[in-house]
Amino acid sequence: MIKRALALLLVLALGGLFASLMSAYAPDPELNPTARYYAEHTAQDLGAANLVTAIIVTYRGLDTLGEVTVLFLTAAIVGLVLAQSRRRIPHQPVPGGELLATGTRLLTPLILLLGVYVFVNGHLTPGGGFQGGAILASGVLLVLLADPVKPFSHGLISVIESLAGTLYVLIGLAGLALAGGFLDNRILPLGEFGQLFSAGAIPVIYSLIGLKVGAEFASMLASLSETEDL
Amino acid sequence: MIVQVALATGFVLILIGIYGALTQRNLLRMIVAFTVANSGVNLVIVAVGYLPGRTAPILDATVPAAEAAARIIDPVPQALVLTAIVIGLGVTALMLAFAYKLYEKRRSLDIARFSELKW
Repeated sequence: MIKRALALLLVLALGGLFASLMSAYAPDPELNPTARYYAEHTAQDLGAANLVTAIIVTYRGLDTLGEVTVLFLTAAIVGLVLAQSRRRIPHQPVPGGELLATGTRLLTPLILLLGVYVFVNGHLTPGGGFQGGAILASGVLLVLLADPVKPFSHGLISVIESLAGTLYVLIGLAGLALAGGFLDNRILPLGEFGQLFSAGAIPVIYSLIGLKVGAEFASMLASLSETEDL
Repeated sequence: MIVQVALATGFVLILIGIYGALTQRNLLRMIVAFTVANSGVNLVIVAVGYLPGRTAPILDATVPAAEAAARIIDPVPQALVLTAIVIGLGVTALMLAFAYKLYEKRRSLDIARFSELKW
């Protein structure tokens, strides 16, 4: 009981702090200098219509490479931690049901297509590699739900994953040799602003990120679904 | 006005998450509480980047590049939150995997049963 009261007290104190933060908060009337730089220079320097994508893939590309590495480590650790708990022989497969099985056959290709659309258009519309990758993985999740004992090809997933990662780093290094620096997108022509084939290497890099993120999420989901029921 | 609503929602979610993580005994419920707090933090960061009367940081026919600086909201918090969401998902997956391992060892998800690090 006293623990609950202490927790409540802490939450109330934090709530008071937040309230004082909020009461004094007024949104800036103008962009701050960093945001202003991105707003003014992205279109002619990088040719990307979506500024968030330009920041993630090019301006802060190194951070994104680190982020993808963190995600890779997470997927690897989840696989390692759950490795001994893998089901050896599937016991009593629970069928997913007629509706789910048929629905999966219809929906999975469409979901994969939507995922690819989202990451290929990441430099033009809201979306990009991380969102598209998550959509790809949701298609994989649907397949896992419909048929839990279907063998999942970890080999194929790791080939996609490592190939995308290697190409991502190689494109970054090409930027070092052919353009302004590591992960510079101007190794390819910038093209016409607002078209699908524009913004240099941004669509290529974001597609690779999409494949890599999708593969990592899918392998996490498969690791979790392949563990034995306790 | 909309900023205040978003900020208040985010702060309330953070508080709910912290309270849940402190008072729940079940590991899975604690993980859910952490994800609720995580969503609150993301909401607050996005709300801080909002500027009244402006639009999303995507340039097209209605927001030409020349007027961008006067028409768009701050894109940096959005990029930060995109990163934070993905890392948050990784953290959640790790917590779930460790919770599974703990359950396998003790056959219980009650945090009171794991007293090795208690002082």
